[in-house]
Amino acid sequence: MAAATKPHTARWDARKTRSLLTGLAFISPAIVGFLLFAAWPILQSFYYSFTDYNIFQPPYWIGLQNYQDLVSDRVYGIALRNTLYMVLIGLPVHLLFDFLMALLLATRIRGLSIYRTIFYLPSITPVVASTIVWLWLFNGQYGVLNEIVGLFGFSKIGWLTDPAFTKPSLIFMGMWFGGNTILIYLAGLRDVPTSLLEAAELDGANALRKTWHVTLPMISPVIFYTLIINVIGYFQYFTEAWVLTATRDGAAGGPLNSMLFYAMYLYQSAFQQFKMGYASAQAWVLFAVVLLATGLLFRFSGWVYYRSEE
Amino acid sequence: MHASDTFSTASATGPGRLRSRRNQERLGRALAYLICTLVALAFVFPLYWMVTTALKTDAEIFLVPPSLFPADPQWQNFAASTEYIPFWQYMANTLLICVLAIVGTVTSCSLIAYGFARVRWPGRNGVFIVYLSTIMLPAQVTMIPLYIVFRQIGWIGTIWPLVVPAFFGNALYVFLLRQFFMTIPNELTDAARIDGASELGIFRRIMLPLLKPALATVALFTFVATYRDFLGPLIYLTEQNQWTISLGLKMFQNMYGAQWQLMMAAATLTMIPTVILFFLTQRTFIEGIALTGIKG
Repeated sequence: MAAATKPHTARWDARKTRSLLTGLAFISPAIVGFLLFAAWPILQSFYYSFTDYNIFQPPYWIGLQNYQDLVSDRVYGIALRNTLYMVLIGLPVHLLFDFLMALLLATRIRGLSIYRTIFYLPSITPVVASTIVWLWLFNGQYGVLNEIVGLFGFSKIGWLTDPAFTKPSLIFMGMWFGGNTILIYLAGLRDVPTSLLEAAELDGANALRKTWHVTLPMISPVIFYTLIINVIGYFQYFTEAWVLTATRDGAAGGPLNSMLFYAMYLYQSAFQQFKMGYASAQAWVLFAVVLLATGLLFRFSGWVYYRSEE
Repeated sequence: MHASDTFSTASATGPGRLRSRRNQERLGRALAYLICTLVALAFVFPLYWMVTTALKTDAEIFLVPPSLFPADPQWQNFAASTEYIPFWQYMANTLLICVLAIVGTVTSCSLIAYGFARVRWPGRNGVFIVYLSTIMLPAQVTMIPLYIVFRQIGWIGTIWPLVVPAFFGNALYVFLLRQFFMTIPNELTDAARIDGASELGIFRRIMLPLLKPALATVALFTFVATYRDFLGPLIYLTEQNQWTISLGLKMFQNMYGAQWQLMMAAATLTMIPTVILFFLTQRTFIEGIALTGIKG
C-alpha cells in the first residue's frame, strides 16, 4: 500500500512546488519591490533614527538623543498639533461634506454626469496649479473671496495671514479637492439594494430614518475604507500647505507656523538641514502614530457592517 | 428602481399619506437640485476665476472691486507665461516621467496581480495581505534611506528615482487588477491549460486582452498621480532643466509672485492635459473610482 501511495504524494508535491514557483515568478517584481522600497528602508530609517547623520559623514550612534530632542522641540510640537488638527477636524469635515454631496447626487437627479464631472475635476487637476489658484482667491487685498465676504457686509479676512484663520482656510480649500471621495461614496450608495429601501419605506420610515438605518450600515465598509485611506493621507499632508507658504529661501509654514505640518517639518529637517537621523526619528514617530490610529479604527470598527456573500 | 415602484409600495399606506409623501419627495428633490447646483457653481468658480484672471491686463488684476469679465481679453498672456519659465521643457520632462511610470506600473502590476489571482500556490493569501498592507505605509518612513541610496548610486538629479520603483508594482493597483482577474471564469484558462499552454502564454494571450479596460484604469490613475506629484520631484529633481511642471509652477510663483495673470495662465495650461484626458476617458475614470471603493 505504502508503495502505491508514495508516487501519488510525490506527484502532488511536485505540482505544488511547480505552482509555488510559478506564483512566485509572477509576483517577483512585488517581492523585490517590497524588499527594496518598503522592508529595507523601514529598518534602515529605524537605525538612522538613533544616529546623528548629515549624509556627508558616516552615521554616528547617539542612542535615544533624537527622540529626546523631539520632545523638547517646540516647532516640532507645533507641526504635530497642526497635523492632528487636520486629522481630527479637517478630515471629518471633508468626509461628511463628501458624503452629503453623494447622498444628494444619489437622489436620481437629472444631469448627474454634469454634476459628477464638476465635482470630480478639481481632484485630478495638478495640486500645485490649483493651489496657486487658491493663493490668488485667498489674496488679502485683491482676492475675490474677500470681495464676496464684503458683499455680505463682513470685513476682510486674513485667510492666509491671520493664524486663527489659516487652518480653517486650508480645510475650506480642501473641500474643493474631495471629488474623488464623493464618487467613491456615490458608487457605494448605488450598490445599496433598492429592495431594502423599499421595505423600510413600507414600514413607514422617512428619508432620514432610511438613511440612518439602511443606507449607512450598507455602505459602512466604504466609509471605513475612505476613513483609513484618508487618515493615512492627512498625516502626510504636505503639498497644499507647502505651495501656499514656502518662500524662495525655503522657509515654510505661514504666520506663526500655523500652517507648518508634520511632513513639511520632516522635509525641512532632512533635505534642507540634512539632519537625516533627526528626520528619521520623526518618520518613525509618524509611522507609530499612523499605525496606532489605523489600529484604533480597526479595533473600534464594530459599526462596519459586512454583507455576507450571497 | 422606477418612480412608479415607490408609489405602488407607498399606496399601501393610504391615499392621504401617499400625497404627503409625494410632496415630501418633490420638495426633497428640489432641495437636492438647489444644493447641488450651488455647490457646483462654487466648484466651478475657482476655475472660472483662474481663466478670466489669465486674460486680464496687469492693471485690471488689481481693480477693486474686481471685474467679472476681462475688459479686453489678453490672449497673449498664455504665450507670455510659457516664456517666463521654460514651460514646454517642464511639460516634456513631466510627460516623459509619466509615460515611463505608466509602462512600469501597468507591466509589473498586471504580472503581480495574475500571480495573486490566477495561480494557486501555498501561502498566497498571507503574502497578499502583507503586500497589501504596504498601502498604509507613509512615504516619509522610506523616503530618507531611499534618498541616501539613490544619492550613493548617483541618481539624485535624474528621473530614475521617480520611474524605477514603478517597475516593481503598486499594491493599490495590484489589488484593483486582482479584483478584475477574479471575475474572469476559470473555464477559459482551464481549457488553455489542458491544451498545454504555459502560464505566461495564458497570461499574454487570454488574460491581457480581457484585462484591457482595467489596465486603462491603472494607466490613467498612474498618469494623474505622477502628473500631480510634487514631493517626489521636489526631493529628487535637483537640476532645474529636469524639473516637472509642478516644480516649475512653484518657482514661477516664488519669482514672479505678483504677476497673477501670468501665473493663472500657466496654471490653466498645466490643467488642460488632465481635463482633456478626463473628457476623453470619463467612463474609465468613473468605473475605476467605483472599484477602488469596493473593498473585498
